[in-house]
Amino acid sequence: MVAVPASARTVLDDQDISRALTRITHEILEKNRDADDLVLLGVPTRGVHLAQRIAAKMSQVEGRDISSGALDVTMYRDDLRLQPARSLEHTDIPDDIDGRVVVLIDDVLMSGRTIRAALDALADHGRPRAVQLAVLVDRGHRELPIRADYVGKNLPTSMEEKVKVRLAEIDAEDSVTIEAVGEGGQA
Amino acid sequence: MKHLLSAGDLSRDEAVRILDTAEELLGVARRPIKKLPTLRGRTIVNLFFEDSTRTRISFEAAAKRLSADVINFSAKGSSVSKGESLKDTALTLQAMGADAVVIRHSASGAPHRLAHSQWTRGAVVNAGDGTHEHPTQALLDAFTARKHLGGDLAGRNITIVGDVLHSRVARSNALLLNTLGANVTLVAPPTLLPVGVDAWPVQTSYDLDASLEKADAVMMLRVQAERMNAAYFPSAREYSRRYGLDVARMNRLQDHAIVMHPGPMNRGMEISADVADCERSVIVEQVTNGVAVRMAVLYLLVGGQTDDTGPDTSGSTENIHSDNEGAR
Repeated sequence: MVAVPASARTVLDDQDISRALTRITHEILEKNRDADDLVLLGVPTRGVHLAQRIAAKMSQVEGRDISSGALDVTMYRDDLRLQPARSLEHTDIPDDIDGRVVVLIDDVLMSGRTIRAALDALADHGRPRAVQLAVLVDRGHRELPIRADYVGKNLPTSMEEKVKVRLAEIDAEDSVTIEAVGEGGQA
Repeated sequence: MKHLLSAGDLSRDEAVRILDTAEELLGVARRPIKKLPTLRGRTIVNLFFEDSTRTRISFEAAAKRLSADVINFSAKGSSVSKGESLKDTALTLQAMGADAVVIRHSASGAPHRLAHSQWTRGAVVNAGDGTHEHPTQALLDAFTARKHLGGDLAGRNITIVGDVLHSRVARSNALLLNTLGANVTLVAPPTLLPVGVDAWPVQTSYDLDASLEKADAVMMLRVQAERMNAAYFPSAREYSRRYGLDVARMNRLQDHAIVMHPGPMNRGMEISADVADCERSVIVEQVTNGVAVRMAVLYLLVGGQTDDTGPDTSGSTENIHSDNEGAR
């Protein structure tokens, strides 16, 4: 439960988030034609909830059950030695991913390091035919050659700002805010 | 958590964190590639002054699944048999750059000495010291019991039977299971209960049959013939008849109750072969879980930022934080 600080500027409200996810859902289906081959994997923690929402929307559109999973990337991060050992999140891969199209889903894309870790983790689980990336917010400041296939909102930010995604499942409300703080924000 | 020396050092939160981490790491064994890159470039030394097969290979498998470099050191055929002291062995290992030392020693307290001596700056994991403790065995036992008993051990009754006197497994389990909220009952002949057991957070009994019906898990301990240098019980047959788990006794357990044994088993002594191989028995699963639990311990001890202070800067307990990336 994080209260929204007074200095925060809301850039997406619950309606905007819902519309963005609906659009991403349709874009994924449009690009891949056939949802049979798709495996939706969220990156914990908020990516998992976004993946569940996209899977629910996709089920509606396609008229059948489509599930999503979770891929924890903690053990593959490149900054493990910079802080005390982190707790692991749950990994749950619903199907065999060999030869399938995996769509990774995360809340904020910044440096690209989390996605780099996710690609490594994925390679240890199998060999997907293709990997695509969907993010709710792309805030720039890439440090690796990684780009998203589906973007909810491009949000040009400075490093002094912090982008905070809140989702009703864990934060009691849906919103994306920009806060002006010194710390670097999310990757 | 810098070292893992005693199960009693773990708070409830720390213990649950290890078990939850192990839960996730258990999945690694089911993947096509059973390896994580997390401890790449770390060196883990298995320092075994006492015979052990399963604990050593379990630690070795755990370290290798995390991509650590593993150095196995056993006292037999080493410089220890030429009279080298623990200190000199430790200094040698330190000079080789060990990030963690997994130690088994016949002397109770040897891991504690190693951890607090400044001889090595790596994390020290107790893999069994004398008749004192064996914390990772307790963690894997708790992990296994928790999986079978609905995810939480609070309020569960766990009966530990046999040679408690010589059992570091029993001591570590009593401490850890108590921390996790379980009710522990130790059952043993009076000669095989340690002095001062009334200070342990457990109940004790001399009668196995009276402790069976309420038990959610029964843990049989190995009768340690190599430590039986006095007449602790009249004969093996009498021990087996009074304290061995056979089919008749097993049938009196509750339907959901499980049978555990830390291994190696003396079939026909503390546990009959029928019981060891029955479906209630989780003995083989304990071995699988052991690797996951040891992976969790090694990850939590050396997977993140570690203290890089040298052993010779004695007196300074302040951590000098520097990542090891510069060395590459």
